[in-house]
Amino acid sequence: MRHSLMIAGLLCATTAAAQDKPVLTVYTYDSFVSEWGPGPQVEAAFEAECGCDLNFVASGDGAALLARVLLEGDSTEADIVLGLDTNLTAKAAESGLFAEHPALDVNWSLPVDWADPIFVPYDWGQFAFVYDKTKTETVPTDFEALAASDLTIVIEDPRSSTPGLGLLYWVKQAYGERAPEVWAGLADNVVTVTPGWSEAYGLFLEGEADMVLSYTTSPAYHLIAESDDTKAAAPFTEGHYLQVEVAAKLAGTDQGALADRFLAFMTSDAFQSIIPETNWMYPAVTPAAGLPKGFETLIRPEKSLLYSATEAAAIRDAALAEWQTALSR
Amino acid sequence: MADRAQPLSRGLGAGAGIAATLILALTLGTLGAVIHRAGGFGSLGPADWAALRFTVTQAALSAALSLLLAIPVARALARRRFPGRGVLITLLGAPFILPVIVAVMGILAIFGRAGLLNDALAALGAERVSIYGLSGVVLAHVFLNLPLAVRLLLQGWRGIPAERFRLAAALGFSSTDISRHLERPMLRALGPGIFVTIFLICLTSFAVALTLGGGPKATTVELAIYQAFRFDFDLGRAAQLASLQLALCAAATLAAARLTLPAGFGAGLDRALARPDAATLPLKLQDAAAISVASLFLLAPLAAVILAGLPRLATLPAPVWEAALRSLLVALASTLLALLLALPLALAIARTKGRLLETIGMLPLATSALVIGTGLFLLLRGLASPAALALPVTAAVNAVMALPFCLRALIPAARDLETDYGRLAESLGLSGAARLRHLTLPRLRQPLGFAAGLTAALSMGDLGVIALFADAERATLPLQLYRLMGAYRMADAAGAAVLLLALSLALFWILDRGGRADAQA
Repeated sequence: MRHSLMIAGLLCATTAAAQDKPVLTVYTYDSFVSEWGPGPQVEAAFEAECGCDLNFVASGDGAALLARVLLEGDSTEADIVLGLDTNLTAKAAESGLFAEHPALDVNWSLPVDWADPIFVPYDWGQFAFVYDKTKTETVPTDFEALAASDLTIVIEDPRSSTPGLGLLYWVKQAYGERAPEVWAGLADNVVTVTPGWSEAYGLFLEGEADMVLSYTTSPAYHLIAESDDTKAAAPFTEGHYLQVEVAAKLAGTDQGALADRFLAFMTSDAFQSIIPETNWMYPAVTPAAGLPKGFETLIRPEKSLLYSATEAAAIRDAALAEWQTALSR
Repeated sequence: MADRAQPLSRGLGAGAGIAATLILALTLGTLGAVIHRAGGFGSLGPADWAALRFTVTQAALSAALSLLLAIPVARALARRRFPGRGVLITLLGAPFILPVIVAVMGILAIFGRAGLLNDALAALGAERVSIYGLSGVVLAHVFLNLPLAVRLLLQGWRGIPAERFRLAAALGFSSTDISRHLERPMLRALGPGIFVTIFLICLTSFAVALTLGGGPKATTVELAIYQAFRFDFDLGRAAQLASLQLALCAAATLAAARLTLPAGFGAGLDRALARPDAATLPLKLQDAAAISVASLFLLAPLAAVILAGLPRLATLPAPVWEAALRSLLVALASTLLALLLALPLALAIARTKGRLLETIGMLPLATSALVIGTGLFLLLRGLASPAALALPVTAAVNAVMALPFCLRALIPAARDLETDYGRLAESLGLSGAARLRHLTLPRLRQPLGFAAGLTAALSMGDLGVIALFADAERATLPLQLYRLMGAYRMADAAGAAVLLLALSLALFWILDRGGRADAQA
């Protein structure tokens, strides 16, 4: 049994390699390649025009993805890494494994100016506390109001989750030196801290907390996929911390031209129009046809917060220590 | 005597050697690969030591409570016969094989802030209680591990020959006498091993401790390893923390072995267990209470999981069913491999005096999934594409991870076999394949069936290392379940959880049943 499985596995690998078409290997996070993520549609769309084989390789989430590339180092099979965010790009750039992208003539619809020589954005989102309109009537408008309220929240751990780390930076950028004080105020609102987004969101849907740290776009899923308009994101006056998801070309790729072509394709309508209803994030370039119906109901916070990659790396450990101390009491 | 060392036959020695080597390769070998890549150890900070303290505390509490609560339940199940008993025993085992996140959701549906218990308390005008914190972590660990303790103890009770109980009845033993002369020696023989097994399972707890822990106070060593790997990219510190876990495992296993005393009941004729002493009303009530409370505690969260998922079961998307088939194949491959490894290892452990093999057999319990995955990744990536190896590697890792449980089930039975029939077999010159066929397999059939069922079910539900290796086309059912959750599809995920639960239980029931085919239920 075990042998036949192994042989079957090896056969799969060799048939893929035996095709004559050039293969572009894209490392990404797991939810991107799942049947419900953008992967299958992106693969079909790019293969329709590139005359190549697009091969997605998945690893956990963004942090696991970077860990894998760093482990593999120069000998990595990846031509493209897709799925890092600005909290990881400093570490990625420092590794020297990534190459600059070709010139892109793109009209970004990002809330911030973007001019990174290596990393190309493909989508973005703003972190927000999501709640159920039928259950929560008085919605806080900032962290201090949330801390003063009796509302319960479930958040993700910054050590194991991207949204958790985003929340850490959100509070830090909004309150600076006062961040520990804000965390101390929030401590009695926090029901629990989960390892990842899925657990937190599941707990919220089960009614374990009034609010969950997620994205401003989360209510769009419920509205579009489930015709459920009861979920909403709370706009905060401090502004909302931004997550920009990016891809980059590996310096050691043997498919340089194809990789450049993929990065350009990534900013095209064909790719960008897949994003909103599979990744439930905003496309980095709004497609000509606009956003899907339902997205217009979402809150659009005017003020976005975002540390640069280098700043984020510099303050990370101190911000984490503040968080741990405040919540460990 | 039980601890008389006997020479191992060549076949047995080779089998046990291969099994031990494979375990060492997957535990110490993968750790070695990570250390090698890191270029040495990192340094541990005060936060790591705090994590270690919390980890050991919650693991010890969880293990002690699971074992203590399991004793009345297993005793009640052992001495009572009632319709549906076999099905109940199988169902009571279910929490142990649930994927952690599903189990947590089930627990919260009952004990959570919006759970049934709190709704009932609120209806009665009482204060709502919050389980988040150490209490929640321990509650969840007892929920997950009480079933294992009950099943292993139940085997212990089955292992006391019925003749002893008859003799006790003939001598006019009271229940207290029976407890002192028959049950306590059995508990003394099994208890330490069960305690240490559950202690080690809880030692590497990650998602339960974090989700129900309520905050960073509840940081475990496994989370610290996770953090070192992905947050700090500090392989050295990750490796050092993982070594610490393995050292704890070795120490705990050796300590448990020192506390274990052989029961030495001698051989019986395998008659059904009759307990004339248990016919009194207080004992009947006591047993009824133990069985009812345990059933309620273990089955209510399961019922919540099933109720939540059942409506979506029929309409689950095709990829989920494909993943289910893949998981079934992986589970069967794991089971076969686990039995091939566990049997010679258990027999060798029963026949030799030292504790080395037994300690090796327990190592997989204390191994961080992240370290095994990363180490294997480093070791295998030169050989083939990780995605191509995803399923065979998952099957092999699941088999090795299930070995400690198989050994827990097999070792006591193998020791009894050695004590009761070893000399007879020697004097008859029964050895090799003939001994295996006529003595070993028939005598170990029950624990082998149980071990097979457990391995298959655990392998079905385990996310294991697949997440590090798999690509879109090779997802297993638990991975697919997590993907559904990650794509907001919580209702479909609940449906997938029911499918997973049903398949795991079916596998367990069929294999465990196979082991008891000729025994009275």
